[in-house]
Amino acid sequence: MTTPAVAPVDEVPPQPISEDPGARNNSLAAWLLRIGSALVIPAVLILFFFTFDFLKQEDTNKLLQVAVAVAVGVGGIWLLYWGMDRAISVMPEQIGNAVRPFAFAGPAMVLLGFYLVYPAVNTFILSFQSADGDEFVGLANFQRIFTEETYLISIRNSVIWVILVPIVAVVIGLGFATLSDRLGKRSETVAKSMIFLPMAISFVGASVVWRFVYNFRPEGFGEQIGLLNAVKVATGTDPVDWISIPLWNNLFLMVILIWLQVGFAMVILSSAIKAVPVDEIEASRIDGANEWQVFRKIVVPSIASTLVVVWTTVLITTWKVFDIVFVMTGGGFDTSVVAERMVTEFFTFGNDGMGSALAVLLFVAVLPILVINVKRFQEQERLR
Amino acid sequence: MTAETASAGAAPSLANVSQDATRVPGEPKSRSWLVRALVLVIAVAWTVPTAGLLISSLRPEVDVSGTGWWTIFAHPFELTQFTVANYERVLTAEGLFGAFINSLIVTIPATVIPITLAAFAAYGFAWTRFRGRSFLFAIVVGLLVVPLQMSLVPLLRLYGNYDLVGTFVGVWLAHTGFGLPLAIYLLYNYISQLPKDIFESAYIDGATPFTAFTRLVLPLSFPAIASFAIFQFLWVWNDLLVSLVFLGTNPDVAVLTARVSQLVGSRGAAWHLLTAGAFVSMVVPLIVFLALQRFFVRGLLAGSVKG
Repeated sequence: MTTPAVAPVDEVPPQPISEDPGARNNSLAAWLLRIGSALVIPAVLILFFFTFDFLKQEDTNKLLQVAVAVAVGVGGIWLLYWGMDRAISVMPEQIGNAVRPFAFAGPAMVLLGFYLVYPAVNTFILSFQSADGDEFVGLANFQRIFTEETYLISIRNSVIWVILVPIVAVVIGLGFATLSDRLGKRSETVAKSMIFLPMAISFVGASVVWRFVYNFRPEGFGEQIGLLNAVKVATGTDPVDWISIPLWNNLFLMVILIWLQVGFAMVILSSAIKAVPVDEIEASRIDGANEWQVFRKIVVPSIASTLVVVWTTVLITTWKVFDIVFVMTGGGFDTSVVAERMVTEFFTFGNDGMGSALAVLLFVAVLPILVINVKRFQEQERLR
Repeated sequence: MTAETASAGAAPSLANVSQDATRVPGEPKSRSWLVRALVLVIAVAWTVPTAGLLISSLRPEVDVSGTGWWTIFAHPFELTQFTVANYERVLTAEGLFGAFINSLIVTIPATVIPITLAAFAAYGFAWTRFRGRSFLFAIVVGLLVVPLQMSLVPLLRLYGNYDLVGTFVGVWLAHTGFGLPLAIYLLYNYISQLPKDIFESAYIDGATPFTAFTRLVLPLSFPAIASFAIFQFLWVWNDLLVSLVFLGTNPDVAVLTARVSQLVGSRGAAWHLLTAGAFVSMVVPLIVFLALQRFFVRGLLAGSVKG
């Protein structure tokens, strides 16, 4: 799935409702209550799920498990929020106002801390340790990554992926959005749906779809049932085992991700194109610009920021892609990428140290995007 | 886009995702054959791989391995060349029915739990000012791009200590944690755009922040909640990484993606089974997607488009 990058938003600043002085209360009591209120729900949730053994037993009726999970996950959480709100209401107003935001936003933040922040910090530490984590090895894991051929191939492939996939997906998406914009409404909707549909398909499903397209049979093993090789045979050339030709096979795997991501790029860019002021386009047409010039000089500049956002989003998705390589080749035939290598090291080989080091590499590479996003967000907040 | 997200108007359709700019009369609305042909070629190229999979899954084993799926077009109306035997086989003998149920079991709680938590959090961030608010929300924004590979090793170790590996509970909570940044971010964008006046009049009528949330914010945020729900549903259903690591491939708990990827390894040449298996895993997301496309598109736009 795609993780949207943050775009600059020119929005009407929302006015805060609670501006009571209490919201800035800094007494010890207020802080204790704030922290307490943030912890109640995660604590109850985790205690409940972790201690009720019947939920862990595989022979428990599965429907019962789901029912309990939904009841607790929605109803229970709801009741807890309500209970906290009641408790806050009976507090002195100043303290209550100081605590309330934490009671609302706190539980989610605590879970984020538990599932994302704490493990991330831990992964950093593990990346300096040996396979089973009982020995400190300094930079040895990173040294292996940047010297051993296996890892260098993964890095090389990942770099090719992030260069090619986002560009191609954006270009095809933009082209298709522009062309379909000129059709009648009905054909536009149908055509877009056909491009968009692969977005609903899992990487695993897509891999099976494309393994079938790339299927290869050596001579004497029957008719080619893979689409591409059937075309090759029909045009009088020899069939090819697409997946096992080094370097080129990477391209064929990338086609799968491009196939999945073009729909995303197309939908977003299409909406941006439709927002380009019609007057400007008209004016330049009157000035004698042809359609290509209108596209280059008017449309592309006005959707530039959307192009960057879409490109960034596809780039991040590409960088993290693991399933396609895992299912198509298992990293064989020199097709390994960093995200896939990370899972293989840690999950298949049980090497926590190398797995963590590769995860750190994945993280460090997105750090610039993370910083830009946060800065943009803060700018946007300052306008409020 | 922001104006539209905030308005409670009808959800946009695919063709009409943004403002409906009234076209100036006389604009050369080119319908030339070239444009049409190009669009048609791309759209067909995009659909052929999936169509091939679907057709193959309905053909008998000997046909699938003997001839290409396109050969059915030689005599397309001969219904005897189709069969559902492959589906019967994958659902029973290959155990995909169990995996289908497991996928549902994983996906439903993993979709509803984060929504509840994120809605309260987004409301807290959007409509109250408190110390540390900017900092905490900056963390949410930052976490949007952090690869979840950063969490796997320590969490799996922790889960190991509490016997949570291979349990649904563990995977629900993991998906909740991983889904929260996007959930909070999307809902915050929407909830912070709600008009201020309605809150003021509610408070005058004696509403507390909690009742304002349940009576006003939730109903008004329905479109945003729906689009996140679809996101998360598709994400969890289609996910392989999280379920592989935290649930594994034991048939009692394994989800569809994990079983299908196993099938590729163990029955790589049995195309009649692979195609049917893959389609079983694709059916639910395709239905959800086709039925709720407009909410999905709205979510995509709210998540990543300049206002």
